[in-house]
Amino acid sequence: MIEVRNINKTFGDRQVVKNVSFTFEQGKTNLIIGESGSGKTTILKLMVGLHSLDSGDVIFDGQNFPKLNVKEKQEIRKKIGMLFQGGALFDSQTLEENIRFPLDMFTHLTKEEKNERVNFCLERVKLEGKNKLYPAELSGGMKKRAALARAIANNPGYLFCDEPNSGLDPKTSIIIDALIKDITEEFNITTIIITHDMNSVMEIGENIMFVYKGQNWWTGDKTKILNTDNKELFDFVFASEFMKTFFQKK
Amino acid sequence: MLLLRVFSKPQKVSMYLRQIIFEIDSIGISSLPIIAIISVFMGGIIAIQSAHAIESPLVPLYAVGFTTRESIILEFSPTIVCLILAGKVGSNIASEIGAMRITEQIDALEIMGINSAGYLIFPKITAAVFIFPFLIALSMFLGIFGGYLMGVSSGACTSYQYIYGIQAFFEPGKLYYSFTKVIVFAFIITSVSAYFGYNTSGGALEVGKSSTSAVVYSSVLILLFSLILTYLFINR
Repeated sequence: MIEVRNINKTFGDRQVVKNVSFTFEQGKTNLIIGESGSGKTTILKLMVGLHSLDSGDVIFDGQNFPKLNVKEKQEIRKKIGMLFQGGALFDSQTLEENIRFPLDMFTHLTKEEKNERVNFCLERVKLEGKNKLYPAELSGGMKKRAALARAIANNPGYLFCDEPNSGLDPKTSIIIDALIKDITEEFNITTIIITHDMNSVMEIGENIMFVYKGQNWWTGDKTKILNTDNKELFDFVFASEFMKTFFQKK
Repeated sequence: MLLLRVFSKPQKVSMYLRQIIFEIDSIGISSLPIIAIISVFMGGIIAIQSAHAIESPLVPLYAVGFTTRESIILEFSPTIVCLILAGKVGSNIASEIGAMRITEQIDALEIMGINSAGYLIFPKITAAVFIFPFLIALSMFLGIFGGYLMGVSSGACTSYQYIYGIQAFFEPGKLYYSFTKVIVFAFIITSVSAYFGYNTSGGALEVGKSSTSAVVYSSVLILLFSLILTYLFINR
């Protein structure tokens, strides 16, 4: 479980995150949704320490991350898997080397055990047999799946996904969503997903925070989101003609 | 601050060693062809120029070999070749690390709990400081050899005169001076370029700018430190 309490962040004279508090539950797919530029990615980067907080707490299973020293932070980070928007796979390494990287760095597994784990992760994201390909040889969807395989390689306790469906077709998006949900349940990890894809929200939104102008504007789940009386959330959810027509008919 | 992180204790020594070997190949071995070509040609040019400048019959012809050796050992190989390496290796390091920064690969390393500055930059500095002296030694040999080829084949001097010239009045201390310079320049090229790459923000345009800044600042610092070290060497 990860708890954020009253976090704030200002860039120059612009406050991009305002007093956000939320609890991300273990074993569930926790979604941060909102318009582009609303502060979703900043919240995520604040949580993992890629940006420094102005004030507030980020508590990973009882440990207040911003208050930890460098070594303690590194220990928490070893338990974090992250799926970046662009994949962030290491260009100079093959798929196999990318996935083995955290294992080489942090485990004392034998070569055979590492290979076994790599193949398991590749199989889990349906990329079996692609071990020797380089990131440049993969499609967008394959890159996302490969990045997911690397994120889960070291059995993370926390999985962060920054817009896992951006740039993907609806069919591939559904595959990625399903994979993330399955992995979350299978390994009972705390998963945090940033998205503005309503399809994802309706597929896997178990615990949702809607961010509006840097603030936690609404919280709930996918069953409540369609019946919201929150104007800003309603405008966000029903921004597309398809959603309006489809749900008005229902 | 960045250098403190670069030289902090490695998280896994075997991974760092693997990177150092990779970088020796990437920074050092891949620079061999350009160094070889430039050194042979420059050696030849220095020999011809020296021979052309010697008009007085009072100056012995072995001066062609002597001048070529002095020029190559004292300045051409340690300074000019390092300036060329600043262009080749420096831009490569800055653009590689810069591209990793803008594509969030460095963030990915940090999220994994890895000291990205240490893992990416330390092996490059170590590899360069180790391999550059070998590259420059090769450059010296090939430069002097190039001078021999051109000096003898153009008839500027005989083989015996050239070989006598390159052995005449030799002071081993000059090699110490040259290799000290090379080690300092290797550190400057890799650390300055890595700094610009690591602090890149934005997109492809900024990667290009970082790469240019890396080469410009490395070159200026090389010239500045060359001046300082030469002054110290002469006045020791």
